[in-house]
Amino acid sequence: MSDNRSFWQRLKGWIDGDEVIIDADKYISTRERKEIAPGEKRVSVEHVRSNNPTLYRVLCVGITLCFIVVMLMVVMDLPMFGDPGSPTNNEVAARYLESGIEETGAINFVAGMILDYRAFDTFGESNVLFMAVVAVLMLLQRDKKNISAVEDKEMAEDEVFDGQDSKIILKKGAKCLAPIVILYGIYVVLNGHLSPGGGFSGGSIIGAGLILYAAANGHKKMQTFFTVKTLTITSVCCLLTYCGCKSYSFFTGANHVGWEVPKGTPGDILSSGFILPLNICVGLVVACTMYGFYALFTKGEI
Amino acid sequence: MSHLLTNYYEAASVILFGIGFMNLFLQNNLIKKFIGLNIMDTAVYLFLAAKGYVFGRVAPILTNGIIDADYYINPIPAGLVLTGIVVSVSITSFSLALVLRLYKHYGSLNMDEILRMMREEEGE
Repeated sequence: MSDNRSFWQRLKGWIDGDEVIIDADKYISTRERKEIAPGEKRVSVEHVRSNNPTLYRVLCVGITLCFIVVMLMVVMDLPMFGDPGSPTNNEVAARYLESGIEETGAINFVAGMILDYRAFDTFGESNVLFMAVVAVLMLLQRDKKNISAVEDKEMAEDEVFDGQDSKIILKKGAKCLAPIVILYGIYVVLNGHLSPGGGFSGGSIIGAGLILYAAANGHKKMQTFFTVKTLTITSVCCLLTYCGCKSYSFFTGANHVGWEVPKGTPGDILSSGFILPLNICVGLVVACTMYGFYALFTKGEI
Repeated sequence: MSHLLTNYYEAASVILFGIGFMNLFLQNNLIKKFIGLNIMDTAVYLFLAAKGYVFGRVAPILTNGIIDADYYINPIPAGLVLTGIVVSVSITSFSLALVLRLYKHYGSLNMDEILRMMREEEGE
């Protein structure tokens, strides 16, 4: 394979989705097929699988059982369940529990841990979610390359169905439930540093409320206030806010600048520094992502 | 053996992991394969949650103003499980989107059939 293009050109081609191998068809046709000698016995997983399904099944079950037995032997040597002296309860956990209130101001030690001590980890998680929804958007969005007549017909039928007054129980139920569900989700997000919950769980509840509303009232009505643009702008703004807040606190903390966000009284709703805004950011990203998955998998557009 | 009975959460999580692993081998349907992957994820969460528990201690949320590491269970596995759930949701949705595109193209969810049709398309 001779390739005269520069590294930059190849990188550009790869991003644009060119073939990795130039003239792949020619390369495949000139490629020498590996001949199997008549006497040689070829044993591969594929071979066993197609010729002897029973043997394949027995082998699979056997391998898995061996695996389980080995792992159970490891479990036998693990420290006892619920043992206070086990190595998992080391000085890291003790530090989080003993100085957590003073250093983060959060009553919920888990919130203080994931949004203050380990905030970069949570930032990565939010980015993973955003990237997943962008990837699903790329794969499933109905554009000029991803369209078929059958689906168009089904979509049109769905829209007629949405317009009719046929699903009265669902519509009335959603009218009563969706606001309560979304309100409860907002409560869980805002109280993330005071009680069990936080951005991820509250965001999922808000997403569930949005899905309920969309399932009852149809896609057209949802699009009056939630489109692809809303999702992108909300997610990107939230991620940037998160990044800005955390960069600020790491910068001032690492350089001993000393101008930190006031922690407030532990237990108040407006306390614990950046944890409340960070929870809101994470909650919005998760809610948008959950609804985005639902809309893309059912309709192919948000 | 008595150790296994005390550590029954861990033992159950290992067995669940094995069941999910076997699903990956034996199922030909792509969606069932991803169900197996999710069972494996769940087993890992069970294992982590079991590792964090300590007898006689309460959830890591300040109660009665007691600040003492011997009063609360370990908060770190909770954070790790959270990470795991987020990654598992992302991976599942992404792979299901890929499966949906495959289904639209080949009209089948069976992996063997998809591979056969791919070979036929290549013209071999």
